[in-house]
Amino acid sequence: MNKSVFLGALTVAGLAAGAAAAGTLDDVKARGKLNCGVTTGLIGFAAPDANGEWQGFDVDLCRAIAAGVLNDPNAIEFVPTTGKTRFTALASGEIDVLARNTTWTFSRDVDLKFEFAGVNYYDGQGFMVPKSLGVSSAKELDGATVCIQTGTTTELNLADFFRKNNISYEPVPVETNAEGQQQYLAGACDTYTTDASGLAATRAAFEVPSDHIILPEIVSKEPLGPLVRHGDNEWGDVIRWTLNALIAAEELGVTSANAADMSTAGSNPEVNRLLGSEGNLGEMLGLSADWAKNAIMARGNYAEIFEKNIGENTPVGLARGLNAQWTDGGLLYSPPFR
Amino acid sequence: MSDTHAQSVAFVRETSLPPVPPPASQAGAVKWMRENLFSNWVNAVLTIGSLYIIAMIVVKSAPWFMNGMWDTPSLAACREILQGKTGACFSVLTERWNQLLFGFKYPSTEYWRPGLAFLLLFIAAAPVMFFKLPRKLLIFTAIYPFLAFWLIWGGTIWTPLIAAFGFVVGYLVYARFMKQSFAAGFFGGIAAAFLTWWLGGMVGEAIAPQETLLEAVNSRDMGGFMLNMLLGVTCVSLSLPLGIVLALGRQSNLPLIKGICVVFIEFIRGVPLITLLFVANVVLAYFLPPGTTFDLILRVIIMITMFSSAYIAEVIRGGLAALPKGQYEAADSLGLDYPQAMRLIILPQALKISIPGIVNIAVGLFKDTTLVSVISMFDLVGMIRGPILASTEWNGVYWELFLFAALLFFIVCYGISQYSQWLERQLATGHR
Repeated sequence: MNKSVFLGALTVAGLAAGAAAAGTLDDVKARGKLNCGVTTGLIGFAAPDANGEWQGFDVDLCRAIAAGVLNDPNAIEFVPTTGKTRFTALASGEIDVLARNTTWTFSRDVDLKFEFAGVNYYDGQGFMVPKSLGVSSAKELDGATVCIQTGTTTELNLADFFRKNNISYEPVPVETNAEGQQQYLAGACDTYTTDASGLAATRAAFEVPSDHIILPEIVSKEPLGPLVRHGDNEWGDVIRWTLNALIAAEELGVTSANAADMSTAGSNPEVNRLLGSEGNLGEMLGLSADWAKNAIMARGNYAEIFEKNIGENTPVGLARGLNAQWTDGGLLYSPPFR
Repeated sequence: MSDTHAQSVAFVRETSLPPVPPPASQAGAVKWMRENLFSNWVNAVLTIGSLYIIAMIVVKSAPWFMNGMWDTPSLAACREILQGKTGACFSVLTERWNQLLFGFKYPSTEYWRPGLAFLLLFIAAAPVMFFKLPRKLLIFTAIYPFLAFWLIWGGTIWTPLIAAFGFVVGYLVYARFMKQSFAAGFFGGIAAAFLTWWLGGMVGEAIAPQETLLEAVNSRDMGGFMLNMLLGVTCVSLSLPLGIVLALGRQSNLPLIKGICVVFIEFIRGVPLITLLFVANVVLAYFLPPGTTFDLILRVIIMITMFSSAYIAEVIRGGLAALPKGQYEAADSLGLDYPQAMRLIILPQALKISIPGIVNIAVGLFKDTTLVSVISMFDLVGMIRGPILASTEWNGVYWELFLFAALLFFIVCYGISQYSQWLERQLATGHR
């Protein structure tokens, strides 16, 4: 088995070395498959179900991209990455796009040479406390013991927040979210802090979720979005406008159910341009005219994807909050399709 | 006179008394307990304390096991049925059973293939492990790696056939030239094998049919305990010969060979395994042409094999050093050349001494295969930490999953350990 694996791999390596070099979009089309980097498992955002099918908020974005580019939402190779391997996987070309709840920061964009194609989830760091603690604001946490994941931006944000408000805290370092969850339940710390979406998911898994509350303060900005390599702007445009198409679709009332009808009998010119029955936006991207229609029909518009994976009717139970349309007081604002 | 004694001896016993059982305090369970558990008051306190602790563990954990749920669809459903009572939610094991064993991407219709490969492993390993079995069985052992590769990965049968053919050609060349010089045979054999693979690879491309008997499965789709077994078995069986070569190389008189072996061993031993795994996963990608996908499992196998072979080399070096110098001189005086002396006299004794150390490393290596979960491979622990705990149904189930993982690893490691003790007893040919 051993030497023959080597032999097989050498052959594969030789074959694969021939392809490459061209733009990512051409590579993906030639390959017939999108290599999408996702997390190894984050509740609501990406995890394989009992049948081995990937499900989740980030996963559905990948499916929309694959549907737009290849007209098949299942033409995807999901590459699971950890927080440590994700950037090298993207930089080395192992994946075409990374959709792994990655925070858009200055240094990642500029120094690591990546291109963030937009924001698909506006997150922020929050605090969870047991109801019995009788605390209603993070500013009342003076002297509290705080469970905190080491080596993350949340650790730095926590220090900033407490220093700014001139109150003290006792950190209890934990390694992973699962460990934090256990420590918090065991009473090793008064409060647990991580991204608000993670807190909601963690709380949902508790035996009695109503015994715990998430405090209203959000102490940091964590815009999460898909990213690609620097220097391949055509491919970056494809990802950016696929995400925008999903957001615009919600704004324009286009859903997975009515996209097919609206593309034929449209009186709204922007909807027509989005769905490809008017203008040549798809052609400009190097895609088919109905790419956005395919992307929307894969898993629905932004609202549908949100509600199905992390919305209020799911165990994760997140409200739209910042992730509502700009018309509803949120931050989602797609540039016009023109 | 004759009746004098008739009055004085009233009774003469003609049969012996039936044996009386010893006093209750000197026999059976009571005696054993008095001697072993309560021989003095310190031991008595210790015994009672231990019994109390064991009883507490049993009493506390029994309801957890007894109330265990086996067929609910999610953790929430478990909790609903238990209504606040203590109880395990074993249904995660039944629902995700196949994922725990095979990973989440191995095609479910093909589970019989790794299963069959696993069963055949016992047949293949038996003649190596038990010397009394007929030697003919070794033929199957030689075929097994290629058969198992074909079963697990599927695809065209030509790949394993060509690989096996390369070994045969290499061996024939070795046998042909070995008569003249060991080095010529050795390197000639290696060159011939690689030439065969290169040519065979091209031929195999051409004749490979589109439709294969077994559906091909990507390396990335391997997972679960299957991946741990795969890595463990492959790496142990590869690192043993490599370790022997390294140990001999370290004792070599040729400065270059010796230097390479020393640097290799010391470098590998000075680096944590997890660093090597990160190198395999992350850094190698920078050195390869863009778009190249050098099989991840192969990279990991190479790294773990290198790691454990360095340790095994040191263990075997200990065995070699323990042999009296007279053994080497005896081999020389018989007129044996180096390969013969090593094969017939030195290594059989040195390896026998090294068995406990080698087994120790094999067990450690097998458990170390769980480290691949940090480079986003879904072995048993990776499956638990990633997909299963991140699913909305099972987020929050820890004990059941990790106890199950511990149980699987314990069974295998305990088995290896028991075998090695048996082997030591078999090989104990005196000296003591």
